[in-house]
Amino acid sequence: MASLKALKVRINSVKSTQKITKAMKMVAAAKLRRAQEAAVQGRPYAERLEAVMASLASKVSVSESSPKLLAGTGKDQVHLLVVATSERGLAGAFNTNIVRAARKKAEELERQGKTVRFYLAGKKGRVLRRFYPNGIAADHELGQHKVLGFDQAREVADDLIRRFEAGEFDVAHLFFAKFQSALVQEPVGIQIIPVAVPQGVETANDGGAAVTYEPDEESILADLLPRNVAIQLFRAFLENGASEQGSRMNAMDNATRNAGDMINRLSIQYNRTRQAAITTELVEIISGAEAL
Amino acid sequence: MLHFELVTPERLVRSEDVYMVTVPGSEGDFAVLEGHGPLMSTIRDGEVLVQKSANTAPEAIAIRGGFAEVNAKGLTVLAEHAG
Repeated sequence: MASLKALKVRINSVKSTQKITKAMKMVAAAKLRRAQEAAVQGRPYAERLEAVMASLASKVSVSESSPKLLAGTGKDQVHLLVVATSERGLAGAFNTNIVRAARKKAEELERQGKTVRFYLAGKKGRVLRRFYPNGIAADHELGQHKVLGFDQAREVADDLIRRFEAGEFDVAHLFFAKFQSALVQEPVGIQIIPVAVPQGVETANDGGAAVTYEPDEESILADLLPRNVAIQLFRAFLENGASEQGSRMNAMDNATRNAGDMINRLSIQYNRTRQAAITTELVEIISGAEAL
Repeated sequence: MLHFELVTPERLVRSEDVYMVTVPGSEGDFAVLEGHGPLMSTIRDGEVLVQKSANTAPEAIAIRGGFAEVNAKGLTVLAEHAG
């Protein structure tokens, strides 16, 4: 049986771990609120852009001369998987789930004989190096930013578009965790290049009045396409931000509770051991006195 | 009054009823009053001038990258950066 001193040390160590997990949980809860607010505030822009894209796309026909971002390269061979993960760990299965979703897609594509490359946005996606040592196209460093803003999304989008135009890949998918609630975050993969134009979105045009376009529909669309890639990435970052904090909050809540259970168990063991020692001592004294 | 909205990816910057807004369109500045016909235009980096009523001085908001849309509901400016 462990000595009293060893038990005491153990209990204190678990207690300090519990303090840390509790603090992390509270920090995550505060950050989650902010991340959720940011996600809500980003919605109007995305909705407007989507409506405008839909109304423009219905007027412009896709042909050989259409921008490549819309029509694609005409091939479907090289797929680029953009994996957006967090910069920090200790967030439960958050990063693991995203990476797993990306690997599943990669395996599926490879079975179809396609070439798969990875583009990592976020430090925790680097585990993919182990599985695909030669398949990493780029590792985009985002660690220096405390909060991922639109500028970072734009940076990544510009980089992606540059690579696309250089012919490095034909199709790009984006993987991130969609925030449903503080308890549920669902890893999802969407196609970002070529741009999938939203269909059937209600456009806010006045019944029949002709819209004036400056310059013309196609130029506006060409201007909007790269913007759309950036906004998709930005949305993913926002969703990821909220999901990460939600997931961490949960993980730390569980850890705090586990630590509490452990402290209880150890305390009982400590008290029993202490009681046993006292009883033994008493028996010794009494039997000593009786012997006299 | 003209309903004017200025939106960036990060937040809704303005949503208010104003008298007139001057937008730096990529093919020249244009001013929008109430009842303007539907229009869609890309914008160049510059300043939107917001005039709250007919005889107040316009307020300038610097914007970067985006486009403007006028429909029956009013004017919406989608910019990457504002203010």
